[in-house]
Amino acid sequence: MPSHNPLANRDRMKIQRQHMPEQDAVERGHNFKEVNLGLPEEVAKIEAQRCLACEKTTCITACPVGVKIKDFVDLVLAGDYIGAARKIREDNSLPAVTGRVCPQEDQCEGKCVLAKKGSSLAIGYLERFVADYEQSTGQLGMPAIAPATGKKVAIVGSGPAGLSCAGDLIQKGHKVRVFEALHEIGGVLIYGIPEFRLPKEIVRQEVDNLRQMGVEFETNVVVGKTVTIDELMQEEGYDAVFLATGAGLPQFLGIAGEHLNGVYSANEFLTRVNLMRAYQFPEYDEPVYDCRGKDVIVVGGGNTALDAVRTALRLGARSASIFYRRTEAEMPARKEEVAHAKAEGVQFHFLVNPLAFEGDEKGWLKSVTCSRMELGEMDASGRRRPVPVQGSEFETAVSLAIIAVGTTANPLVQSTTPDLATNKRGYIVTDADSQKTSKRGVFAGGDIVTGAATVILAMGAGRNGAKAIHDYLTTDVF
Amino acid sequence: MFRILRTRALGRNIKLFEIEAPRIAHKQKPGQFVILRLHDRGERIPLTIEGSDPKKGSITLVVQSIGKTTSLMNSLEAGDVVLDVVGPLGKPSEIRNYGTAVVIGGSVGTAVALPTARALKEAGNRVIGITGSRSKDLLVLEDELRAVSHETFVMTDDGSYGEQGLVTKKLQELIDSGLKIDLVLAIGPVPMMRAVWNVARTHGIKTLVSLNSIMVDGTGMCGGCRVLAGDKSKFACVDGPEFDAAEINFDVLIQRNNMYRGDEKRSLDKFLANPEEDLKLMRDLRSRADAERCQLETLEAAAKREVSDAVA
Ligand SMILES: Cc1cc2nc3c(=O)[nH]c(=O)nc-3n(C[C@H](O)[C@H](O)[C@H](O)COP(=O)(O)OP(=O)(O)OC[C@H]3O[C@@H](n4cnc5c(N)ncnc54)[C@H](O)[C@@H]3O)c2cc1C
Ligand code: FES
Repeated sequence: MPSHNPLANRDRMKIQRQHMPEQDAVERGHNFKEVNLGLPEEVAKIEAQRCLACEKTTCITACPVGVKIKDFVDLVLAGDYIGAARKIREDNSLPAVTGRVCPQEDQCEGKCVLAKKGSSLAIGYLERFVADYEQSTGQLGMPAIAPATGKKVAIVGSGPAGLSCAGDLIQKGHKVRVFEALHEIGGVLIYGIPEFRLPKEIVRQEVDNLRQMGVEFETNVVVGKTVTIDELMQEEGYDAVFLATGAGLPQFLGIAGEHLNGVYSANEFLTRVNLMRAYQFPEYDEPVYDCRGKDVIVVGGGNTALDAVRTALRLGARSASIFYRRTEAEMPARKEEVAHAKAEGVQFHFLVNPLAFEGDEKGWLKSVTCSRMELGEMDASGRRRPVPVQGSEFETAVSLAIIAVGTTANPLVQSTTPDLATNKRGYIVTDADSQKTSKRGVFAGGDIVTGAATVILAMGAGRNGAKAIHDYLTTDVF
Repeated sequence: MFRILRTRALGRNIKLFEIEAPRIAHKQKPGQFVILRLHDRGERIPLTIEGSDPKKGSITLVVQSIGKTTSLMNSLEAGDVVLDVVGPLGKPSEIRNYGTAVVIGGSVGTAVALPTARALKEAGNRVIGITGSRSKDLLVLEDELRAVSHETFVMTDDGSYGEQGLVTKKLQELIDSGLKIDLVLAIGPVPMMRAVWNVARTHGIKTLVSLNSIMVDGTGMCGGCRVLAGDKSKFACVDGPEFDAAEINFDVLIQRNNMYRGDEKRSLDKFLANPEEDLKLMRDLRSRADAERCQLETLEAAAKREVSDAVA
């Protein structure tokens, strides 16, 4: 394909990486509106000109779903934004979401040749630009739907894995119904990631697109409780099932005082605020701890921790701090979120680990005792293991503590499906390529297989699952 | 959306609802609960299922107005709809033949205890029912309890009905009379359950309680419902709601249930001052459900016509 880039490589490299316009840091610390405002069209075009259109597309190799980055960037240069969106959608069904939340620095942008020479092409910004353009014009590149096959597939869980699986299967002509335990569709995209990073309207729009394509959704169904997998297959006539239930079970620290009022799991805190909109209490009924004027700490260093701490800040906390037991370099959170959080006034305390929470006579949290840490030997995750520094304990006053140290598998489905193999940690075991489980006709993907990972990996698993399910339904080979 | 089929006033601010929820009705077992959300701005609250009719596809819930959501709920009538009902959640009661089981219900707790009491009787237990409340107007489902118990005692704090005194007084009397009790099931306000346990424990009687922790999702996802059981943390929504009283730290339970007291009051006051806003949301919901049903019926009629045309 001839390139639409008017510039020679030398000139392309002279252009600086374009900045994402964002809401003022002080102002946004008090509202839930989106932080990043999106690239204006002219800026997106300038950014696109930076692409060297490399022969060896290392960026594409580094994308878990292989989005054809070079092609879509070229379509941006050509001004064919809908074409660019369609190009992305060939591999990624939620571009408006991933353009906002993918850890691009570890994936496509991390492997961009420009990264070695300064700063990478802003692939995430461009993806978002294209997806937002598409949504704003309403000219969704709706894919064609194959003739009906008469087969029925049940999808359990409506996070990115379930949604992308549904989107692919409906195109193949199968009847698809998504079962969701909560009252709203979207999984972590709805209950976990806050409005200021991923507006819920965007998720709803994507869900609506799927609905228009014919995907059916049934909320308020906890598979394993409301109905079992066997009942779905034997009584309701589903020919195949895709399990995409995520890794929703919160982990606590297991230290003294975790039952005090004012200690939350990040899941609870974020669910109250995002899914239940407690930030609009009492217009919305669900309350959340009143952070106004309070000192809040969040324990952890991932995206969830950052989302929680920035949420607390927006709810009016006097101070909002991250307590992380390693250093900034080991933080698994997206770099952009760390930078945003710093600009907003979030405080970071590295190499500290809580040992106990203390409360007042009424059972409300009033302080936390921590130990300082240092980095020791490498551990299994390839990171240096934090070890406590002898005699470094200190106590600090705090009113709200949010625990964001990870999640594990929710056993509800597995415990009612005895012939479904799980590993030691409760995750569902699947065949690596096909997402097949040990149970005939049942496939699984996303966090429930890999453990807590990323939106794009979950979507990739959903796609693989859809492919395998389609093969299974059309060839009946398991 | 879930339609209310029937309501029945049971006592002061206490109402029974029969709600269309076929999936839940098919699976419900004694001791399980649902999480319900009334409208788009509503909170999610847990309610124990009083019973179900799988044939009719309905479940019954008994609701006492305490906060905003329960007050709004109790203004609803047959034909109204609620937006979300999910369940059945939690572990079913552990039913087996213990021998003699004393089932104690505190006010609306009696409704919650009923299905378990019935199942205990069916499993061969001798069931002794005790229902108690502050006064007569808060006493519910006495006849129903009588029907599933071999013997029934009614207690009111103020003596306005039945015998005067707390349920624990009756329990103590039963123990003192030499009756061998193998199981106590106590369901009601936390202080009542704790008081019952304090009597039962001195006689080494196994006691089950049903905990009304604050919940959000009801599926083990948030941990907000966690209770301190021994030195372990358990989630009331998935590990319970029924627990052996011996493991439960009641002080922590009471403390955690107080967490949103101020917000709950604010929410209730706001509702009482201006109920119209919420009532309108409920009316809109009902119109939405009516329209959907209408559409469905037209579609079904059309489908039927097609079939009969094809046959002809
Ligand atoms: C706060 C937070 C921030 C994050 N930020 C980022 C980020 O910036 N970038 C990124 O790439 N990743 C991020 N992640 C990780 C990412 O969101 C997850 O890896 C991804 O959502 C996993 O997708 P999934 O479809 O496997 O599961 P989920 O999104 O967890 O969805 C699972 C769904 O299944 C439902 N479910 C569970 N059990 C049942 C059942 N028995 N019956 C019916 N339904 C059921 C759940 O209610 C849920 O809706 C973040 C995660 C969190 C929690
Ligand atoms: S209610 Fe959320 S875990 Fe129990």
